[in-house]
Amino acid sequence: MEAVRLGPVDYSILIVYTVFVLGVGIALKRFTKTSSDFFLSGRSMPAWITGLAFISANLGAQEVIGMGASGAKYGMMTSHFYWLGAIPAMVFVGIFMMPYYYGSRARSVPEYLKLRFDEKTRGFNAISFAVMTVFSSGVSMYALAKLMELLLGWNFHASLVASAIIVLVYIFMGGLTSAIYNEVLQFFLIVLGFLPLVILGLIDVGGWDGLVSKLNQVAANHQPPYPPGTWTESWAHTGSAAANPMGVEWFGLVMGLGFVLSFGYWCTDFLVVQRAMAADSMSAARRTPLIAAIPKMLFPALVIVPGMIAMVATPHQTTPLGQEAKVAGIAGVAPVHGIIPPKMKKDATGVERPELDAKTGKPVPDYDLATPMMLIHYFPTGLLGLGLTALMASFMSGMAGNVTAFNTVWTYDIYQSYIAPNKSDSHYLWMGRMSTLFGIAISIGAAYVATQFNNIMDVLQLVFGFVNAPLFATFMLGMFWRRATGHGAFGGLLLGTVAAAVHHGLTVPVGAATLIKGGWLAGSHPVHVYPSEMAQNFWTAIFAWVTCFVMTILISLLTRQTKTEDDLRGLVYSLTPHVAKDEHLPWYAQPGTLAIGVLLATLVLNIIFW
Amino acid sequence: MHIDIRIPIGLMFGTFGGILTGFGLLSDPAIYQRSLGFNVNLSWGLALLAFSALMLGMAYRASRRKSREGG
Repeated sequence: MEAVRLGPVDYSILIVYTVFVLGVGIALKRFTKTSSDFFLSGRSMPAWITGLAFISANLGAQEVIGMGASGAKYGMMTSHFYWLGAIPAMVFVGIFMMPYYYGSRARSVPEYLKLRFDEKTRGFNAISFAVMTVFSSGVSMYALAKLMELLLGWNFHASLVASAIIVLVYIFMGGLTSAIYNEVLQFFLIVLGFLPLVILGLIDVGGWDGLVSKLNQVAANHQPPYPPGTWTESWAHTGSAAANPMGVEWFGLVMGLGFVLSFGYWCTDFLVVQRAMAADSMSAARRTPLIAAIPKMLFPALVIVPGMIAMVATPHQTTPLGQEAKVAGIAGVAPVHGIIPPKMKKDATGVERPELDAKTGKPVPDYDLATPMMLIHYFPTGLLGLGLTALMASFMSGMAGNVTAFNTVWTYDIYQSYIAPNKSDSHYLWMGRMSTLFGIAISIGAAYVATQFNNIMDVLQLVFGFVNAPLFATFMLGMFWRRATGHGAFGGLLLGTVAAAVHHGLTVPVGAATLIKGGWLAGSHPVHVYPSEMAQNFWTAIFAWVTCFVMTILISLLTRQTKTEDDLRGLVYSLTPHVAKDEHLPWYAQPGTLAIGVLLATLVLNIIFW
Repeated sequence: MHIDIRIPIGLMFGTFGGILTGFGLLSDPAIYQRSLGFNVNLSWGLALLAFSALMLGMAYRASRRKSREGG
């Protein structure tokens, strides 16, 4: 297999990045003296830093690669993951939920559940969350190593271990502070590494108008053909699931993605909430997701548009770095769309051949390579080093986000609660470092398991659907309904998760080839066939949420509330003094003003790309 | 804050900018065929240097303000 050759200049950029990332960790080690420093950054960060870290920790494997892949596969409808599936929930968590997280004594999301409900609810959440973070971090590692093997011919195992060691070192040394500092560094690297890609790509295809007319061709050539604008408009084709390549209709989209999945993730996932909890004041904690929303709403330009361009860019005939076709070990094989190569599979004799679609007999495009192919297509040696370093940074920030959330939940919510309570603070600091070590070790194991799906994001959505979707119902009832009880919350969560699994087990997406995509309870007679995997995921989430919501209410009404008003003060809306305006801030920087501004800007973006 | 984060950011992008600008000045123009004929190493290198200067400038101002307030 012939891979892209990186020059000394590319390697020097990669080395400089590694030195800085490790240097930050080492420099911060002397500030990390207590467990609070390690897990909560001593609550000392200004809002702009926690805001950028908030967005960067979420920039895992699913973002740069997954959103590029979705951009190619579904076009501008992918923007729903931002303007519908992120910004409203980010505003909600900042304005309505942060007062309970930051204002209570809780040090983590599971700990909030313990204070508000009971020990078993916390235990359930802590354990499922810990498993999920380790799995996600493993997916990031796997995807990074696989990509580096494909693009650069690097040894899979070596890149896996190297990325794990870098993340391990900087978190081990400086804990959350170090992770947050590096996330800010990675944020700027990702923006400044991908911006030239978007600029060059757009110039090449004739600007936005050129991209629209070229993608209209793609839509027309699709089987069945779609009307013009299908790849470049976000809402116009959501009247029915058959009218768009994503295979979702507006109701499933708004309820499944916009409400259940999005609020479930942004409002209850400790991975992001932890960044806001490191802020230096209540007002800074509330502004963290709002500040994060500003770059987040512009990210579609950075991560989706490259995928869309990859669908229509013209491959080079000859180039100094070798033909793109050779990059993925597919010499002589034509790209399927634009510069997107086919998926390769070893045949019976062990030769790599393009995978063919069972129905059409045409090669299956490997959408996950859309963004990486763009880097190789447009960047000369030099800038290519910066682009690849930015790509690696996005994987590492995602890994680090998961690892810091894992070590905190493990140490505070599992170890300190169930295994070794009442130890000294220095003992828990030590345990934080140890759990970083074994968390990463388990992630490496998970990385070797994660090999089934062609779109990484679908895997993560599936996991969110089972575990996270019911969770938001629990939090909503917990924060806004005083009567919700511990038994109610626990029963609701458990049944919600079961409902997700059962729904997934009884239904299948069209053309499902493996049981991991659904239908494992129904055998050959699925109860319902969804037009796409995405639609099935959204509806799994909706079922889980509704089940949890209804069951929590029912069980709460049947059980006794054991928490007194005093217990619930600061944890429930009606028993918490409302947060006053921050007197130190001018009117335009108040959380309320920021929230309205962010929502209006998002509305305008939705209308422009309707 | 422990360390002003704008300092490592400024230094890292300054180094990247320096590398890219230097390489852009010395490199063979033929490699820019793929970037539509633009010497992107040179131009983006300069952009990164400007970003680095901005970050370091902000850090410098903040540290002067802090020492004035402190003393």
